[in-house]
Amino acid sequence: MGSVNALAKSDFPLLRRSVNGQRLCYLDSAATTPMPQAIGEKLQTFYAQSYSSVHRSVNSLGLETTNAYEHARSKVAKFINADPAEVIFTSGATASLNLVAESWGRENIHQGDEIVLAVSEHHSNFLPWQQLAQAVGAKLRLIKLNDQEELDLIQAKSLFNEKTKLLALAQVSNVLGSENPVAELISMAHQVGAICVIDGAQAIPHERIDVRQMDCDFYAFSGHKMLGPTGIGVLYGKKALLEQMPPAHFGGGMINYLDHGQATWEAVPEKFEAGTPNTVGAIGLGYAIDYLNKIGFKNIEQHNQELMNYLLPKLAANPGVKIYGQGQKLGVVSFNLAGIHPHDAATLFDQFGVEVRAGHHCALPLMQELGIPASIRASFYIYNDQADCDRLLEAIKQTQEFFNESC
Amino acid sequence: MSLADMRSLYQAVVLDHAAHPRHKGELSDYNAASTVHNPSCGDTIKLFLQIDQDKITAASFTGSGCTISQASASLLTEAVIGKTTAQCLAMAKAFSNLATGQEADQKSIALLGDSAIMTTVMQFPARIKCATISWWALDEAIIKMKGHPND
Repeated sequence: MGSVNALAKSDFPLLRRSVNGQRLCYLDSAATTPMPQAIGEKLQTFYAQSYSSVHRSVNSLGLETTNAYEHARSKVAKFINADPAEVIFTSGATASLNLVAESWGRENIHQGDEIVLAVSEHHSNFLPWQQLAQAVGAKLRLIKLNDQEELDLIQAKSLFNEKTKLLALAQVSNVLGSENPVAELISMAHQVGAICVIDGAQAIPHERIDVRQMDCDFYAFSGHKMLGPTGIGVLYGKKALLEQMPPAHFGGGMINYLDHGQATWEAVPEKFEAGTPNTVGAIGLGYAIDYLNKIGFKNIEQHNQELMNYLLPKLAANPGVKIYGQGQKLGVVSFNLAGIHPHDAATLFDQFGVEVRAGHHCALPLMQELGIPASIRASFYIYNDQADCDRLLEAIKQTQEFFNESC
Repeated sequence: MSLADMRSLYQAVVLDHAAHPRHKGELSDYNAASTVHNPSCGDTIKLFLQIDQDKITAASFTGSGCTISQASASLLTEAVIGKTTAQCLAMAKAFSNLATGQEADQKSIALLGDSAIMTTVMQFPARIKCATISWWALDEAIIKMKGHPND
């Protein structure tokens, strides 16, 4: 654990601050990861030296900015094994998923068609499909949980048929922390001719993604969960699909020709990037990819494994703790403390400087499936260590004592 | 902040009301009601009122939530029974002001009685909504039934 951690920890000044008089113990990386100091500094340099508009100006600054933006696109493409033309910059995974629903969905999903999605989807991969289904008269079919509180592949199999047009699935649940059986489900979907939209927001910080090997049709993720800035994300799509799809947004930078009567569109990916894009965000995401490549996913995976192996048995040994999902955890653990509402627990944890998320994690259908209103979620990344696990365990103990004494 | 600060939020009376909420359940007869959600945590409170000759003759609530939201709703039901609708609206405003660190008039604070304990939540900005949602439900239920006082 030492090497990754020692390398990473010093790069994040945010983690050295204190909260309520205690050193920050940051356990909310599944929501947002802090950004390495060097990325902020590089972006400052970019602002100071090149910052301009992309794809428009026939001048040196415009060219430098365009080159930096397109270089970032190439880094993303290489990072997920795609072609640069298949990489669309968006404001985040939410915008990416909505783009698929608005464009591919509106064209191809009609009355009587079916959309399969997991009950554990984040609202960003649930609502676009629910709203589309309501608008066109299509039907949502949900993959439920088995008795291990993981996706039920046997039940899932019964959901696919000739009416299925699309599978929407998170690669890793933002609540359960487990890797979903993506390969099996994509194969089921393709067998009936459906396309597959994978929400990779929680997976991409933790493992090497190869969209070709995965054979997904679309893949969405956000910069701010992988050490990059907020407000930048990616939609990968297979080129043949993207080329057939109409643009979802209209504006500058996305036309080939326009007159009073009609318009024709730019090629992909520009067709989907109307308006001045988040250039700085894209460049920052490129730097985040450089940083992750430098550390290496083998090290990141090993570090996560060691942390989870340390934490989970200790957490499970506390009789007042109920952990959700029995699968392997990619840095995310959701649990509840018996008799204590998660928001009360999170307020206590905060007094100890332990920053977790409490609530429904934008996954209300999953909360309903689990029969709980909310949960506590602790999420870990490369800069966390065993001491952070101990801080969490101690905060749990103190919180249980506080409420059990008081009641 | 320390565990002592925590005791100011989670006082014995608060924990007691959360563990043993008063007037919990749907009223068999009611003529005003409102449901409020806290979208950040998924908590829901539904408030029921029986209003006769402009006075609250019965009040109750349903819904699940944290210690703060449950205790606040329970204390609210005790505080509003016997009050006029105008007094209730003044109390809701005073509570909301105090919980967000603003001032309120002494007369309204006096009407709040024990329920004013919950305004200590102002020290915990992330939790203010937990305490105030039941008071918003009160405001909404009365205005829905009677129309806005300024109309």
